[in-house]
Amino acid sequence: MNWILLVEQVLNGVQLGLLLFLLAAGLTLVFGIMDLVNLAHGSLYMIGAFIAASLTQLTGSFVIAAILTLPATMLVGMAVEVLCLRTLYDRDHLDQVLATFGLILFADDFVQLVWGPAGMDIRLPEFLRTSFEILPGVVYPTYRVAIIVVGLAVAAFLYFLVARTRIGMLIRAGASNREMVGALGVNIRLLFTLIFGLGAMMAGLAGLMAGPILTVQIGMGNDILILAFVVIVIGGIGSIRGAFVAALIVGLIDTVGRAFLPEILGLFVGQLAADTAAPSISSMMSYLLMAVILAFRPEGLFPPRSG
Amino acid sequence: MSRYEWIVGFAVMAVLLALPSIADMADEPFWVTLVARTLVVGIGAIGLNLVLGYGGMVSFGHAAYVGIGAYVVGIGFHHYFEDGYEWMNNGWIQLVAALGISGLAALVIGAICLRTRGVYFIMITLAFAQMVYFVFVGLDIYGGDDGLSLYEMPTFGGGATLGDDRDLYYVAWVAMAGSLFLVHRLINARFGMVIRGAKSNDRRMKAIGFPTYRYRLTAFALSGMICGLSGFLTANLTEFVSPDMMHWTRSGDLIIMVVLGGMGTLFGPVYGALAFLLVEELLSAFFQLWRLWFGPLLILVVLFARGGIVGLLKGRVGRNG
Repeated sequence: MNWILLVEQVLNGVQLGLLLFLLAAGLTLVFGIMDLVNLAHGSLYMIGAFIAASLTQLTGSFVIAAILTLPATMLVGMAVEVLCLRTLYDRDHLDQVLATFGLILFADDFVQLVWGPAGMDIRLPEFLRTSFEILPGVVYPTYRVAIIVVGLAVAAFLYFLVARTRIGMLIRAGASNREMVGALGVNIRLLFTLIFGLGAMMAGLAGLMAGPILTVQIGMGNDILILAFVVIVIGGIGSIRGAFVAALIVGLIDTVGRAFLPEILGLFVGQLAADTAAPSISSMMSYLLMAVILAFRPEGLFPPRSG
Repeated sequence: MSRYEWIVGFAVMAVLLALPSIADMADEPFWVTLVARTLVVGIGAIGLNLVLGYGGMVSFGHAAYVGIGAYVVGIGFHHYFEDGYEWMNNGWIQLVAALGISGLAALVIGAICLRTRGVYFIMITLAFAQMVYFVFVGLDIYGGDDGLSLYEMPTFGGGATLGDDRDLYYVAWVAMAGSLFLVHRLINARFGMVIRGAKSNDRRMKAIGFPTYRYRLTAFALSGMICGLSGFLTANLTEFVSPDMMHWTRSGDLIIMVVLGGMGTLFGPVYGALAFLLVEELLSAFFQLWRLWFGPLLILVVLFARGGIVGLLKGRVGRNG
């Protein structure tokens, strides 16, 4: 096992973890505060990626496209909240699951209607297509470093927003007692719409950053959504801190597992058997982790303090 | 259940039984295949309804048990075809294995999932189903992502197979009627009273002295078995199995059918499956991108017709229908 590969895989894991965190933070904000299970969160991720791809082609610059994509996905999210999700807050979780499942079906076909069935590529600008030596002997692509930097910056911003600002105070208060915050004269509907928009913007950010690495295609949000759910369930639903820790754990386990599981398994069973079993096992690992954690802590690692 | 509901239920089942003959008269043999698909999917919905409708357990992973049932047929065929194990293509053995393995999987997964409540339960059943999905995506010897085609059908002794869609149709009808009978008996027995009681107030049922966990787990395993039966028949119908059958969106389809038909009603899943596939067939005949219309339709149903089709039959449309 050579250490350069290990460092690279760990960095890839952190990077996947931060993408997952961007998705999971939006999911868990919406769930923790509004008590809404939003399956269509992955669709916002997909729409973010498609908008970014289109804007990159239109403006010829990935950076400008990225800057425009953020408010665009925020608007899309707020529109969805006002048109459809607003009526679901006082329904039970099953209704929310079904209605947002309907949104997924709609979104997948809508994207196909607008952008066509083929996927899209996002072309990176020259300065992001380079790579540099982050540690002696370890060369790593600049763009992937940028993802890590942006992800960490957003995490820090979110922490600051929730823990240190007036909006954050309202968010935390809304999570413990909605009616009370409303009674104190806060426009709770507007607050919810804004929070949902914020979540959508982070999903869009994840989509636009993942776009150049993965292909931008229909249904791209549906599988990563489940991984994001795993993250918030492991972390404790409603807890941003839990989402951050769990996202990094899941990102690392998924990536490092895929890279090294064949070798590790090979130590115990034959190499042929290890090579056959490893792909299955490594894609199952995050789910296995979740099962083990929930078997011991049914509320996740960091259950939110308020009930 | 009111007498009216029984009459409608029996009428629908009677029409389904007569459908192949009706299709002959109308000279539309395609109907038989189409409705056979409804029957096999509907059995899965009946299985899910046992936990979702009567037990209040929102399992978002029941497609996994359908898939396991189907893969028993696929794997049996594979070893018969590649390695010459004659017995593995025996339909009876496959049927028993499909019921047993899907029931066992539901028992193990349910044992862990039922420790959690509410939204955690939704998520963890979803995650387990994804796990099963990825196992089959990763199993290259059984086709991995691409799945397995069944070039030869399992035999049920004397060369009998379910290769003929008409034979399969009647077998599926009997299986559906059998599943309905089983669910009806379970639900009206003490067992059903306990899981229904646990749905409305688990703590009270425990206080009275019922070990509700065991009752719920039994219901979960039984519902997994019914889904396994659905998978077994699906494989025989489509002559193809693939991990796509277990994708989490397939579990979503099953939930839609149960809710569309009417949760916690005996015939609800049957109506739901019929309505789902009818709407799909109609919309896709007119629109290439039919989900563009189906998605909003689903949202409208959730928002405005909570009782599903059975609720409409009762004439009580509305949230608590």
